[in-house]
Amino acid sequence: MSGTTGASSLPGPPPAPADAVTEAFWQATREGTLSVQHCPACGGHQHPPRVLCVHCGGIDGLRQVPVRGAAVLDSFTTVHRAPDGRAVPYTVGRVRLAAGPVLLVPVLGDPDSFRCDQPVRLVWLSLPDGRRQPAFTPAPDAPPDEPEP
Amino acid sequence: MTAAIVGAATSDLGVTGLPALALLAQGVTRALADAGLALSDVDGLATAGTGRFAATQAADYLGIRPAWTDSTFAGGSAFEMYVARAAQALASGQCRTVVIAYGSDQRSARRRSLTGPYDAASPEAQFEAPAGPLFPASHYALAARRYLHVHGLGRRVLAEVAVAARAWALLNPEAYRHTAGPLTVEQVLAAPMLSSPLTTADCCLVTDGGGALVLTTAERARDLPRPGVLVLGYGEATSHAGSAGPADLLDTGARAAADRAWAASGLGPHDMDVVQVYDSFTITTLLSLEALGLCPPGGAGALVADGRIGPGGELPLNTSGGGLSYGHPGMFGLFLLIEAVRQLRGECGARQVPGARTAVAHGTGGILSTHATVVLARQDTR
Ligand SMILES: [Zn+2]
Repeated sequence: MSGTTGASSLPGPPPAPADAVTEAFWQATREGTLSVQHCPACGGHQHPPRVLCVHCGGIDGLRQVPVRGAAVLDSFTTVHRAPDGRAVPYTVGRVRLAAGPVLLVPVLGDPDSFRCDQPVRLVWLSLPDGRRQPAFTPAPDAPPDEPEP
Repeated sequence: MTAAIVGAATSDLGVTGLPALALLAQGVTRALADAGLALSDVDGLATAGTGRFAATQAADYLGIRPAWTDSTFAGGSAFEMYVARAAQALASGQCRTVVIAYGSDQRSARRRSLTGPYDAASPEAQFEAPAGPLFPASHYALAARRYLHVHGLGRRVLAEVAVAARAWALLNPEAYRHTAGPLTVEQVLAAPMLSSPLTTADCCLVTDGGGALVLTTAERARDLPRPGVLVLGYGEATSHAGSAGPADLLDTGARAAADRAWAASGLGPHDMDVVQVYDSFTITTLLSLEALGLCPPGGAGALVADGRIGPGGELPLNTSGGGLSYGHPGMFGLFLLIEAVRQLRGECGARQVPGARTAVAHGTGGILSTHATVVLARQDTR
């Protein structure tokens, strides 16, 4: 899905460069598309991209498919001593996509309002090389198919 | 054929000014003296952490040419894994006397990094490092947050682990925090937040240190001066590399490791007189107690409350003071085993668990990534 195209940039060092296996994921971020890898053999989804499916071991036809940004916050931690000089505090969260895979991402907003299992939505942070970093922020309203916890 | 631990020793601890290999060699010479053996008896060597060719470097430094080495690198659980590998090597006849050793100068060298090793070629360098987690602290913090949420508990249950560790350290003259005075729950809760909900007081120390164990066959152990400690069973499990890896943060490999060790030993969690689990962070202890089967999921909060795991409590846990108050030279797995051996030999002075005959050591490495359990018993009890 296309998340909010924020003017914000990632506060810390950019992610390591894409490689041959992850290139499709990062290319899609340039268009504001979040994707996970789909396995046609078993229908499973995974992230990060790999040359095999961890669900069935299949190696054929693996490809990135767009996902909705609907997700829930599995857990989060607010960091008070940055590893790389970025301004503190900031929050890191495990976000579980509706398709299944979990992402480790920046979580934006007021940490005092965060709680485990709350719905979150995708926000993009810009990167110097034109790629975008997925981040998440509390969703103001729960998606219709996901009741408030 | 059963393996036995016949020698155990620690190196100098704290801020030593010594290089890592010197601390390792100190542990080896002390453990061999304890065992009544010499370097010339050693034909097996296991170690990690001092460099890329850790066992090679250690063998060279000690001046030996071992017939068997292992440098399995699994962080804090590696040393429990070495006990398993050593038992197999002894049983196969590949070697007769194994030294498991470790040395770290991370405090003196100011080598401890909060960011840790994100290998530039790893998936985590692309997909996790950008979020800025402290490695490894933030993963344990994520697990702690999830644990408190799922079980409806507050940070006090984490703090109790650090409080008990300090109480044990006050009874251990070797402990880095031996003279630091008691720690209270309120002090842990009020300590500076590092990666919420973990404060600096929920995190292990940063010290130099080292040590060694000497293993041989149970048969040969009977001829040596110290009471042998039998390796009754072991088990291990390895799971994820990154923080996003596990589907459930609280379902680590620790349960599988422990179950395998219990099955092999013929004993269970409630047969243990002494329990040593890796306390890299207070949450590690809670999850380990549950994985070992000492309480049901969510039950560790009640198990550690009200002094039950402290001196005189019903579950003597981490009796050295643990990584939280004894010392933490980068990887603590070896120290769990050394303290278990000392308890089983009855040489722990003020902190001795009376009549201890069985013990379990459970190591955790990485970000709740690697898990290994070793079940031990005094040789003269069987
Ligand atoms: Zn598949």
